[in-house]
Amino acid sequence: MKKGWIVLKELLRGGWITARHFSVNMWYHTLRLLGFRTKRRGAVTFQYPEEAKPLAPRHKSLHRLLRRENGLPQCVACMMCATVCPSECIFIEAAETDDSEVQKYPASFVIDLNRCCFCGFCVEACPVDAIRMDTDEIRLSSTTRRGLEYPLDRLLG
Amino acid sequence: MTDVLILLVKIVLALTWTMLLALLLTWVERKESAVMQDRIGANRASVFGLRAFGLFQPFADAIKMIFKEDFQPAFSARLLHTLAPFLSFFCVAVTVVAVPFGDTIRLGGRVITLQVADVNAALLFVLAMLGLGIYGILISGWASNSRFALLGSLRGAAQLISYEVALGLSLVGLIMVFPSLRLSEIVRFQGGLLFGFLPKWGIFLQPLGFAVFFLAALAETKRVPFDLPEGESEIIGFFTEYGGLKWGLFMMTDFLEVIVVSCLAATLFFGGWQVPWLGAGGFRFPWGGAWALPAWLVTALQVLSFNLKVVFFCWLQVLIRWTYPRFRYDQVMDFGWKFLVPAGAVNILATGLVLVLK
Repeated sequence: MKKGWIVLKELLRGGWITARHFSVNMWYHTLRLLGFRTKRRGAVTFQYPEEAKPLAPRHKSLHRLLRRENGLPQCVACMMCATVCPSECIFIEAAETDDSEVQKYPASFVIDLNRCCFCGFCVEACPVDAIRMDTDEIRLSSTTRRGLEYPLDRLLG
Repeated sequence: MTDVLILLVKIVLALTWTMLLALLLTWVERKESAVMQDRIGANRASVFGLRAFGLFQPFADAIKMIFKEDFQPAFSARLLHTLAPFLSFFCVAVTVVAVPFGDTIRLGGRVITLQVADVNAALLFVLAMLGLGIYGILISGWASNSRFALLGSLRGAAQLISYEVALGLSLVGLIMVFPSLRLSEIVRFQGGLLFGFLPKWGIFLQPLGFAVFFLAALAETKRVPFDLPEGESEIIGFFTEYGGLKWGLFMMTDFLEVIVVSCLAATLFFGGWQVPWLGAGGFRFPWGGAWALPAWLVTALQVLSFNLKVVFFCWLQVLIRWTYPRFRYDQVMDFGWKFLVPAGAVNILATGLVLVLK
């Protein structure tokens, strides 16, 4: 008998919870439909293609290479990122420059996004802060493999 | 001749009302469950860029189902396999004829009842038709020649027959209180007042009866807390071997059952088309005071009231369907035989006692 009452109580409580969710959400949906700006939304859904979900401040997205003030890449082709990369997807060909401060620069710098696992180790490893993963670009797709091999000019943006 | 014409129009209107409501109910089910769960729900189906809150989704679904292959398993009993969904659908859809949508209207010197057929024993007719719906389930499971379908149909038959008992018992008390089995008479009777202010609705006369009726009727609809015949996650159900529009008919049957249960709950326990204190001439409040209304407005209010009640019960059933997890099979049987049937019997005894003492 007592068990029955507990079951009944919990059933009613469950129904109350869902009914409350329904009415509260419906209230905000209606308010927004009528054009009132409410702080709260009726649903937690993001209507993705039209409405992008805000990315977290610490997110990792497509890589970019930074430039110096004179426009050359910040990178000094030290190979730290290529060495640390667990997917081995960074390919750098170093070349010499006249600038004695810099000495080396990347003649070619390819990131193969087909293999990249977006761990961010390259950003951590870079001693001169030349590579970052903060472009907010997460929709990476291509119909060819070549399309996801990002060379220097695409990485410099 | 004119009578036949009027009857035809009424049939078409009633069927349209039911089918439209069933179609809308698929949308309501999606949207309501979504809103309950902090989601948005289907809203992408659009016609020329007009989305209208996903209202086109049922039509998109219908188009999809119409163009699907009409598949029949190789070892099925062809005729029965085809017959089952129609039988299932017909038995539920036909109950709508007995439902009174409103009081009578006068049109060109004629008195037209807003009800397709004022069946003499409408209550029994509805129960019988809902009971016959079991055949659709049984046949579909047997004719499919599939173990899963057979399991589902056997579960369905056992469950529906068990709850039919409780459903019948819950209505016996109602029959004792109300003067007739005619649904129109029952609704008219509920226009009276209890203690001078309370509308004489079935819920106030038979609270326990309503509880038993509603729970048994929920089980009759075979939807989630009682969806053993379907058992989506284990045996897919008695319609395992159906596809396309035949499966669609089974799905429509489910929604129609929800509507019929809502209609019955509204008609038997919530005064049907009665609006509290609204009579033929307008409102007459128990605290004194009246508000005269023209006849057409009274009728419109009554029809609206009936529709609102039905919609409310549909809403409630969808809420229940998306709130509670499924019963185990032994729990379903326990609940039906050890709780609902005794409760129905107690209700009959209590009603008899009150009637004798009065």
